[in-house]
Amino acid sequence: MTSSTSARPTGSADPPYLFPGYGSTVLRAPARPLVRLPLSRTELTSPVYGHSSVEAGEADLTTRHSGEPLGERIVVTGRVLDSDSRPVRNTLVEVWQANAAGRYPHAADQHPAPLDPNFTGAGRCLTDDEGRYRFVTVKPGAYPWGNHHNAWRPAHLHFSVFGPGLTSRLITQMYFPGDPLFAFDPIYQSIPDQAARDRLVSRLDLDVTTPQWALGYQWDIVLRGSRQTPWES
Amino acid sequence: MTTPSQTIGPFFGYALPADGLPDLVPAGTPGAVVLTGTVRDGAGAPVPDALLEVWQADAGGRFADAFEDLDRAQPAGFTGFGRCPTDPDGRFRFVTVKPGAVPGSDGVPQAPHLDLVVFARGLLKPVVTRVYFPAEAANTTDPVLAALGDRAAGLVAREDGRDLVFDVHLSGDDETVFFEL
Ligand SMILES: [Fe+3]
Repeated sequence: MTSSTSARPTGSADPPYLFPGYGSTVLRAPARPLVRLPLSRTELTSPVYGHSSVEAGEADLTTRHSGEPLGERIVVTGRVLDSDSRPVRNTLVEVWQANAAGRYPHAADQHPAPLDPNFTGAGRCLTDDEGRYRFVTVKPGAYPWGNHHNAWRPAHLHFSVFGPGLTSRLITQMYFPGDPLFAFDPIYQSIPDQAARDRLVSRLDLDVTTPQWALGYQWDIVLRGSRQTPWES
Repeated sequence: MTTPSQTIGPFFGYALPADGLPDLVPAGTPGAVVLTGTVRDGAGAPVPDALLEVWQADAGGRFADAFEDLDRAQPAGFTGFGRCPTDPDGRFRFVTVKPGAVPGSDGVPQAPHLDLVVFARGLLKPVVTRVYFPAEAANTTDPVLAALGDRAAGLVAREDGRDLVFDVHLSGDDETVFFEL
């Protein structure tokens, strides 16, 4: 087993656990320092979940029902890379998002925006030999949440990626360029470094855009390696 | 230049389906153990919107990436991966097997363990812990447990009848040991 030694400096990209502007972190953030775990195969391997069950149609969120969903049709694509910029092939990518009106079909989302009977907002795919994923969907709407007065989330897609090891397991959110809500969103703002925030923002790409049909957005995901070689003390 | 983590949020439930995934082995598999517990916040309140994932070796100490080189001792369909959302009471439940020993790369044997990753609304990045097994002689020589001193006991599941119980305390006096990978 080898592991990357070129990991980012600890803490430079990820948000902290405790970010009081995001109220739910206050009682859920661990208070004690994390303990360095000498890595073994349990951390340096990763699940193969989904490999036998993912169907091609799951990458098109607009064709999961009898009719077309409302909203602005988009293509979202990019590559999953490891921390040395090598493609991460054949790894499961899961996405979920609100509909064009900003509503999730989830019992806990009761804000008065319409559900869309033709849009559930969940998709999956496996990356190809270049590490590429590709989803067809609609642009999600902003939605309100209870964090503070007039708290509205910038439009986003939730992404879940496995990668080669438990150390690379990532759940994050992809945003759209130029969203005026960035300045007011504590979840986005929790990332300390502006350059790292920018890495969550997709880019409009006219080469991905399909004429008369869908705008295209490009967004690469760079998974972290481990921060240590195995059993380094 | 890695991609930063963001919270899983509250609405993952319909998108990260866990159908069948809490059961790493079919009920009734010889050696199957039920692992249950509750996720609590720093005030002791249950966390009803967490997602837990386990990753572990099989009973022979092998991981799924090596399974194709291996064989029949491997229970059909065992991937070593489990996923379970918490219920409204903050509870989760997995059915799995005790993994075999997984060596550390310096050759020091580790006690049987599984890695447990917890995502939740309010967690901007996941927490990672380990579950060890009770009444396991190897626990006394495990290098990870040994390094934790008093806190090691919190990583050993407790027996409750035939089940194993492992509670996750995200914060507070009983805060679970969480690891940096
Ligand atoms: Fe969301």
